[in-house]
Amino acid sequence: MKLSYYPGCSLEGTALDYDQSVREICGKLDVELVDIPDWNCCGASSAHMTDHEIGMRLPIRNLLLAADANLDILVPCAACFQRLKAADKALREDPLRWDVDTRKYAPAYEIIHISTFLARPEILAAIKEKVAHKLDELAIACYYGCLSLRNPRVTDSPNCEMPETLEQILAAIGAKPVSWSHRTECCSGSLTMARPDIAEKLVGDIVTAAKRAGASAMVTDCPMCQANVESRQSPQPSAGGSEEGLPVFFATELIAAALSGSYPTKQQKLHLISPGVLSKVMGDVSISKEGSA
Amino acid sequence: MDKNCISPDERSEKFLSKLQTRDIDVQACYQCGRCSSGCPIGDFFDLNVMEVVRLAAYGQEERLLHSHAIWLCAACETCATRCPNEIEIAGLMDVLRELALRKGIKPAEPRIPLFHQSFLGSVGRWGKAYEIGMIANYKVKSGDLMGDMKLGLNMFLKGKLKLVPHSIENKTEIKDIFSGKGKEYDR
Repeated sequence: MKLSYYPGCSLEGTALDYDQSVREICGKLDVELVDIPDWNCCGASSAHMTDHEIGMRLPIRNLLLAADANLDILVPCAACFQRLKAADKALREDPLRWDVDTRKYAPAYEIIHISTFLARPEILAAIKEKVAHKLDELAIACYYGCLSLRNPRVTDSPNCEMPETLEQILAAIGAKPVSWSHRTECCSGSLTMARPDIAEKLVGDIVTAAKRAGASAMVTDCPMCQANVESRQSPQPSAGGSEEGLPVFFATELIAAALSGSYPTKQQKLHLISPGVLSKVMGDVSISKEGSA
Repeated sequence: MDKNCISPDERSEKFLSKLQTRDIDVQACYQCGRCSSGCPIGDFFDLNVMEVVRLAAYGQEERLLHSHAIWLCAACETCATRCPNEIEIAGLMDVLRELALRKGIKPAEPRIPLFHQSFLGSVGRWGKAYEIGMIANYKVKSGDLMGDMKLGLNMFLKGKLKLVPHSIENKTEIKDIFSGKGKEYDR
């Protein structure tokens, strides 16, 4: 299978490891990823929140670049996914409004968020078949956040209040998703720099709820959620990691570990909160202590 | 008269027609309160979400543009998702923020638009977000030089913040977008 791939800016920076794990597991699942040539930033929340034209035209440029390949577009970042979907809807409805020739924009492709893709029955079956090391006993809270789901008139999410894709993916690699309350609550990622106090409150509520439900880690498919929920847990994690903190994994990071049967130290060190709980499940107790050193 | 009293007699027609062009049907609101009760940041708002929608329906633009709520909204879309009348409430917040900036109204939460502008500054320059450049710009503009110093250093040491920006090839197209493409006929 061949897909267009839109990594987005976070996956070249703070979520570099997200990108690596997406590429790694797609390779193992025989999914060929073709990067959209010369893609640009989708504008994220900042663009559409303050300038409608810029907020639409940035993702539109990416769609026009992807139109030639006419392959379905795989998007790991929840924010990029939502912006590309919004642009696609606007273009299909009224291309001339966006100075796009109607004859040029009639693509057959779909824009697909990574978890929706991985939860397809045939992909789940392939993951199950290729698991080298099951993540048994890892009680995990699946955390979706906002932008891969909402607003459903944009995302086409079939089940935005009670999504199941992450739970299905995690169950396929042998982990135990817990039932909990804050799966689709906002972590206020777009405010985290300007109002860290709000982010600390929201993240605190989310992490407390996950712990209360018995989770020993969280898993997400949004790079802003991953960075925000790891960095805004109170007390602020120090360089050595905080014992009480709850690490937040990317779903693809866990799949990569399950498929390869190992969780490299290099990968562990990228967490702000010790991911020792995963090293332990992987049977690698010796390196779990220095997880986030 | 009580200054909290609102009247559609003082409505801004321009604002109401702007909402119409964006398909934001604030008149459809019957004040059920689902938007307010689901808002994750509502505790920090000065006007709650259903008040924002009602003030918008009455065309009370000025009151809204000076509020904290429009800046504290994180665009999580919970309100618009749950609105039984499918009012694009998060889209309404977008219109209000943009209008406040265009009118040069002093934002009630000055750091938030500074962050957005710093982010967009890096995108306009490189075509992609350049995190260190964006953070440095935000720090200088906001005066919040010390906040998150430890966190930033930690991220940098982990290789999550790159010193050199990633840049796209065709920056001319990005420059066109940032120089007001699409707004040529606005007035």
